[in-house]
Amino acid sequence: MKKIEAIIKPFKLDDVKAALNEIGIQGMTIQEVKGYGRQKGHKEIYRGAEYSVDFIPKVKIEIVAPSEMVPGVIHAIRQAANTGKVGDGKIFIMPVEEAIRVRTGERGKSAL
Amino acid sequence: MINSGDTAFMLVSAALVMFMTPGLALFYGGMVRSKNVLSTIVQSFICLGVVSVIWVFYGYSLAFGPDVKSFIGNLDWAFLRDVGPSPGPYAVSIPHLVFCAFQLMFAIITPALITGAFAERMKFSAFLLFSILWTTLVYLPICHWVWGGGWIGKIGALDFAGGTVIHINSGVAALVCALMIGKRRGWRRDIFMPNNLSMTVLGASILWFGWFGFNAGSALSAGETAAVAFVTTQVSAGAGAVSWIIAEWLLHGNPTTLGAASGAVAGLVAITPAAGFVGPVPAVFIGLVAGALCYVAIMLKNRFGYDDALDVVAVHGVGGFWGSVATGLFASTAINSAGADGLFYGNPKLVVVQIAGALGAMAYCALMTFVIMKIIKALVGIRISEEGEVQGLDLSQHSEVGYSL
Repeated sequence: MKKIEAIIKPFKLDDVKAALNEIGIQGMTIQEVKGYGRQKGHKEIYRGAEYSVDFIPKVKIEIVAPSEMVPGVIHAIRQAANTGKVGDGKIFIMPVEEAIRVRTGERGKSAL
Repeated sequence: MINSGDTAFMLVSAALVMFMTPGLALFYGGMVRSKNVLSTIVQSFICLGVVSVIWVFYGYSLAFGPDVKSFIGNLDWAFLRDVGPSPGPYAVSIPHLVFCAFQLMFAIITPALITGAFAERMKFSAFLLFSILWTTLVYLPICHWVWGGGWIGKIGALDFAGGTVIHINSGVAALVCALMIGKRRGWRRDIFMPNNLSMTVLGASILWFGWFGFNAGSALSAGETAAVAFVTTQVSAGAGAVSWIIAEWLLHGNPTTLGAASGAVAGLVAITPAAGFVGPVPAVFIGLVAGALCYVAIMLKNRFGYDDALDVVAVHGVGGFWGSVATGLFASTAINSAGADGLFYGNPKLVVVQIAGALGAMAYCALMTFVIMKIIKALVGIRISEEGEVQGLDLSQHSEVGYSL
């Protein structure tokens, strides 16, 4: 099992969710986050005082999936979240030791 | 003899001016960071309480009571003795009490205006002391000088609705306070982002609405002069909003909502001393100059580097001074026979008198505000602790928060 963390542009969330649904991903957790990378922030002006706002809003998606599905997940996210411009986001993948369903106690893939 | 039309108009006007102080609270409250929204609002709001009490005890009497050496009123009218339902000496067609209540609303908003200078860093206890001492030692004498039979009125300076008494006065006090309390923590490093500009626009709109009572009401009767003041108020505010956003569009690349709201207030401030003395076309000009001028004054503040947090100096001090000078330029006895002719109507002396009155008030206000701040510093301290400032005044001073969304 792997955990896939993807940081994407907020307005792409619905597209990514639909694409992941299509390949059989049945659940995800999201967070509204702020950050910056190569994409620059923006400028705000209040009564002539200029502030550069570096941290821009992003959405972070967390998915845990069987290892064999990971290439499909990456493909789906890249297809759906790509605008071709700086700031489309990043995907991180890390191993997961165990998954347990709280209600039944099932473990491993059947808990996902 | 009491005229019921005038009395009805003045009662409504007084209520309109009262409503400006909560409007100001929202105007200022939207501009600070969210951790200070309540502390900013309550500093304006509580003036409705503090100054009302002062006014009854001795405030009205010192400002408007029988004159002592052109400097202050005496205590004959303390506790509003002899101030009753029959007309007083200032307005012959309304009850003396109505005039007293109308003037109270002006006394309330003046210390509230100053709070923008030391927003986000003053202790509430220090502020309460400030509002009491400043109203007593600065507002009441200057109000007397202009309207209560004091020297500024006697030299012939015109101040229709409080350009000197309210705006120049609060602007100068704001400058002294901003310099003495020091900059906000993180100034020029942190982002001081307004927490809710829609609230600020609502507040500016309430101010604009209330200003009809402020200016038209200052005619003290529902007649020709009130009509003039009503129209000049509207067009100057509109012109101020337009010229401010044009100025920032040219100088910074974007017209802003905050700019439109600020420009309207600048136009209102500038027309205040002139409202019942000038015609509508000069009023447009006064507003146009005010919007751009106050905007440039803020640019200069950023250069000089004092932290007048919500720009009381630039909007009320500079705007008020411009209005006072403009009254000396555009006043016309064809508009108001009780006024005087200004420079453009053949009387250059009025400008000199206007500036002399304003400078006298400025010097006195600066000196007394300095002394008052020193006294408060010695008694309770002015500034909040560093920890309290970082935490926000809402929590550290009032144990509450403005938003829990």
